[in-house]
Amino acid sequence: MAQPTENVHQLVGHLFRHEAGKMAAVLTRLLGTQHIDTAEDIVQDTLLKAIEVWRFRGVPENPSAWLYKVARNKAIDWVRANQRTTKILSTQVDIINSVLHVSSPSEDVFRADEIEDSVLRMMFACCHPTIPIESQIALTLKTLGGLSVAEIANAFLTSEETIAKRIYRAKEKIKQENIKLDPPGLFDLPYRLDSVLHILYLLFNEGYHSIHSNSLIREDLCAEAMRLTYLLAQHQATSLPKVHALIALMCLQSSRFDARMGALGETILLEDQDRSKWSQPLIRQGLNFLERASAGNSLSEYHVEAAIASVHALAGSFEETRWDKLLELYETLLELKPGPMVLLNKAIAIGYARSFEAGIKELLLITDLQDHPLYLTVLGNFYFLLGNRSAAHTWLEKALLKTTSPQEAELIKRKLQRIISTQKKITH
Amino acid sequence: MEKFMLIFHGGSDIAPEMKNPEAMQKHMEKWFAWVEKLRKEGRYEGGEALEPSGKFVSGPKRVVTDGPFAESKELVGGYFIVSAKDIDEAVALTADYPDFIFNGKVQVRPVQKLDI
Repeated sequence: MAQPTENVHQLVGHLFRHEAGKMAAVLTRLLGTQHIDTAEDIVQDTLLKAIEVWRFRGVPENPSAWLYKVARNKAIDWVRANQRTTKILSTQVDIINSVLHVSSPSEDVFRADEIEDSVLRMMFACCHPTIPIESQIALTLKTLGGLSVAEIANAFLTSEETIAKRIYRAKEKIKQENIKLDPPGLFDLPYRLDSVLHILYLLFNEGYHSIHSNSLIREDLCAEAMRLTYLLAQHQATSLPKVHALIALMCLQSSRFDARMGALGETILLEDQDRSKWSQPLIRQGLNFLERASAGNSLSEYHVEAAIASVHALAGSFEETRWDKLLELYETLLELKPGPMVLLNKAIAIGYARSFEAGIKELLLITDLQDHPLYLTVLGNFYFLLGNRSAAHTWLEKALLKTTSPQEAELIKRKLQRIISTQKKITH
Repeated sequence: MEKFMLIFHGGSDIAPEMKNPEAMQKHMEKWFAWVEKLRKEGRYEGGEALEPSGKFVSGPKRVVTDGPFAESKELVGGYFIVSAKDIDEAVALTADYPDFIFNGKVQVRPVQKLDI
């Protein structure tokens, strides 16, 4: 008997979480979407089995293969026990059994490319346009991301009950609409892909921008969104410029992840960030993807947003930022995705590219953000840079009243402090 | 040093909030950490997990009966052999046993020595 000493292999990162998503996708594809809950139960039991055995024996040589083997056996048991009571047709049972019993690796449903294929199909099913968006997000995270209802609820600052309901609704919809894990047809693909990309974009942003106190959860959301987008980018059917643009955006944004937060969890603004903390590998990867994204002549909002992120990534310091380029990009983005937040960013670019007065003028034209703390802070900041301290003070005070986030309040207070201290310097 | 057998009973009352991949992996890592610690201190001699099902063989007629034992809260899930100075030290080694939170129990039994 081998001693555990030789057997214990260190578990890599989120092995269970990632394998859970893969196994759920393969099993759901095999058993049919009406048995999605069964697939999840089998995954759960498989992980429990791993705990039971591994804690005594250590992690096996190939933990993933070990898990797949157990999942396969559990699936065979389930089919055998339930073929009469479930709606699985006997012909289907034969197919499932023959697929599960294969001994040749080339026919294995748990072969790497088959797994990827299943995960991709599952992604398209979870993000089916007939499912409400918030349910798409919850289902994707639960089924493919391997996150628990509690983790998702925590990430979105809502109750477990709400998340459970959203997942339930998504699953009901899948059953009602008989959404299968078929790859979308050639005509459907662009439309369905947009829906998948949109969900991944929202997922990433939730992780990146949310003011959640638990940074681990936020990092997890970003990581899951990136992992799934990366998979799309690697798969030949979905390796499209738009997908490369989205993964480029995610790489470039996440390169600043560690620099954006201080020791106490407070946000650090772009201009105050220590740029040596930006992850150069991620920036390089992002720029690579962005280059690949420029193949073809389609221009998506992800292209423009990734280009914006690249301008920041390439600036050696805040002062060296190419605001003229940013201004151009925000103008393009405005055409693709009009909205007050894009207008706000465009006004910021004008402020730095031309003059603070021009920026303020542009800001005052925006009407729908009067109560938005960020808008008020930017205005205050521009007045400060212009030397108009009393106006700066007024706008920042307004911003302080509107913010609900303690971190944001902290930032605004610090800016106010700066105004007061510069005033003192002048009077002295 | 004496040898002791740590027999693990139960420990399957896993709370619903723990039934997610990440939490399960974290829990398993606690087991690894515990074994690692025992090993570093030169305490760990070996251990195995037991399947939840099996057979009883009893009586002069060697009657064979099935489990199932799986329902039992006291089901033995596995064992370790550890070395310790005395029973108190062996008991102290169970401090990091991770399944206490799932109503698990550890039976600590000295392995008999044959002093001839």
